[in-house]
Amino acid sequence: MKLVLKNVNVLNPHQNVNVKNVNILIEDGKFKNIGELTNAEMKDAKVLELDGKYIVPGFFDMHVHLREPGREDEETVVTGCNAAANGGFTGIACMPNTDPAIDSAEVVTLIKKESANHLVDVYPVGAATVGRKGEVLSPMAELKDAGVVGFSDDGTAIKTASILKRSLEYAKMFNLPIIEHCEDESLAGGAMNESINSTLLGLPPIPSVAEDLIVMRDILMVEYTDSKIHIAHISSKKSVEMVREAKKKGIKVSAEVAPHHFTLTDDAVKTYDTNVKMNPPLRTKEDVSEIIAGLKDGTIDCIASDHAPHSIEEKEMEFEYAPNGIIGLETEIGLALTELYHKKILSLEQMIEKLAINPRKILNIPMPEIKEGAIANLTILDVGVVWTVEKKKFLSKSSNTPFDKKLLTGKSIGVINKGIMYFDSSFSKI
Amino acid sequence: MPSILLNQKRNRNMPLSSRHLLGMRDVPKEDIQLILDTATTFREILERPIKKVPTLQGKTVVNLFYESSTRTRISFELAEKRLSADSINFAISGSSVSKGETLKDTVKNIEAMKVDMIVVRHAAAGVPLMLTKLSESNIINAGDGIHEHPTQALLDMYSIREKLGKIEGLKICMVGDVAHSRVALSNIYGLKTMGAKVSVCGPSTMIPKYLEELGVKVILNIDEAIKENDVLNVLRIQLERKAREYFPSIREYAKYFGIDQARLEKNGKDILILHPGPINRGVELSSDVADGISQIILRQVTNGVAVRMAVLYLLGTLN
Repeated sequence: MKLVLKNVNVLNPHQNVNVKNVNILIEDGKFKNIGELTNAEMKDAKVLELDGKYIVPGFFDMHVHLREPGREDEETVVTGCNAAANGGFTGIACMPNTDPAIDSAEVVTLIKKESANHLVDVYPVGAATVGRKGEVLSPMAELKDAGVVGFSDDGTAIKTASILKRSLEYAKMFNLPIIEHCEDESLAGGAMNESINSTLLGLPPIPSVAEDLIVMRDILMVEYTDSKIHIAHISSKKSVEMVREAKKKGIKVSAEVAPHHFTLTDDAVKTYDTNVKMNPPLRTKEDVSEIIAGLKDGTIDCIASDHAPHSIEEKEMEFEYAPNGIIGLETEIGLALTELYHKKILSLEQMIEKLAINPRKILNIPMPEIKEGAIANLTILDVGVVWTVEKKKFLSKSSNTPFDKKLLTGKSIGVINKGIMYFDSSFSKI
Repeated sequence: MPSILLNQKRNRNMPLSSRHLLGMRDVPKEDIQLILDTATTFREILERPIKKVPTLQGKTVVNLFYESSTRTRISFELAEKRLSADSINFAISGSSVSKGETLKDTVKNIEAMKVDMIVVRHAAAGVPLMLTKLSESNIINAGDGIHEHPTQALLDMYSIREKLGKIEGLKICMVGDVAHSRVALSNIYGLKTMGAKVSVCGPSTMIPKYLEELGVKVILNIDEAIKENDVLNVLRIQLERKAREYFPSIREYAKYFGIDQARLEKNGKDILILHPGPINRGVELSSDVADGISQIILRQVTNGVAVRMAVLYLLGTLN
């Protein structure tokens, strides 16, 4: 099967490629020719007139919650992958707080089996401890052989410094990162960020220092054990500052941020809409400013959605009692382009680094290349299109998002990977 | 200040600016004055042998109390009955809620029985606002978590005005567990709107970190609080809740923040002391002070019924 992407700009900072107005021939799922195409090459090909859109390496979201096994009513591996494709991603890493947790090879195998024939590559992250209880290390070697790309107790931080030390030391053997949800357990349990807003709204507060304490603990431990760690969903000013200082000293720490943490502040909570309830919570504009500065100067390596599907009944509840989390795969690129690219905070090259290159680097996943002979793994970006978010059109099984009806500029209009294309809302083999 | 309240219809015939009373934050000065003045009329009715007026005849009011309460619920119930409304109490234990029914379903079911007003108390902040989206009834907040308790603040302001003749310019201090008190927050909002100088006093673990941004002075010493203020509104230390974790012991709290006669005399002041009740004798107030101010505290309770009658009347005629 032949596919021609007509009149596109190709951009991949990883390969140092930046070419304008070329045509791309993809045959049997691989790049056949990039540049001028002959009539023979175009013959019998499906042609997509792309009119100056960008072809970039397939985007990768390294923090996604697929709710399989355990809560297939909220999301399955397949529906999560569909949402990822619709959002513009060709690869995701999924978190281990399923039921049962991803603490055995069997669960890894299940997830890999469910996603085997999907356009989107799924890389499970194993639990750092059995059942994520923070007591005993999970069988990391076995999990690695089954295919995990990192370890985390996400949902909570790794319980104690001693378990953290052992996890870092053990995972070091496989060169796999520990991914940490930074939150001090004794300060947890509130419903929103501690600020004047938590007082005005009468909601039990979570102080930002709860995150900072664990970031500090983990940086010290990584330094001591000469290992590496990835900070999940960073949200606090002080945490960003500490990561910056640690990187300067050569400590192997990386960080990701979720789009809601550079788009919204805790002012949004005043409606008591549970679709603005997540952990870490929305914080103040000082925190948002530092996150944007961190994205700009490279302190924050990548953007990841923390896509957290929840059923309607779970979210249709009193604010304090509702579970934390919002979906994010299908608004991530739009929010990132609107808030970062169009506001001239990041260049398009930097966007690709944050969304395609760095996540794979951190997880040691092979980098897709846009060159002849390589498997076509790409995202088609329309950076200028203005569109309205409509959650009822989402492919995710859940719809817990605060961004419904929001006007955004820029989105992915299609993805290609492993000989499958998702374009114009439909999947097809190419 | 733009209001965050929904279902707000600006209507020439509406005495109050909203059809709900969710909190004191967005209640303008004119509304507070109207409520307090109306309460004065109803207060007089409470002295008559027949304490009933037909004002809300034919209206149905549901008291939806998710948190146990005797005084507030009875106060509302009496206010409703004295206005000739049909008053229904929804008790949580033994109800569908104990069978796992969600708030949404409970409210929708009540709504289907065609009621006019809902008085709601709940442990979670924001529930009264949720109700405005689930129901066509007027919603009155009788206390939502650690957020607001507007009718308490209104009756406190009524009591202050009754005793001291005014609110504006007075120095008024909320004493105790301010961080977890909906009575404190509603009072802070209401008193500031009425032009009082508001301060708070309590152990620093019980003072919200950013409170000064609201224009409220923080005093950490009870003697200073007594010396500097005209009115103390002493809050109940909620021993049955998490309050215990915020100070080392009752003994320490009583010794350093409790108000007893000796302390009042030492600071040589004629000061008005209010308490929302019930008093933890020997903790926030000593027995002798509690007895000494019992008149005022009991007056607060009577005033409470009048203020609630005023609120029900003013909202009930907006329907």
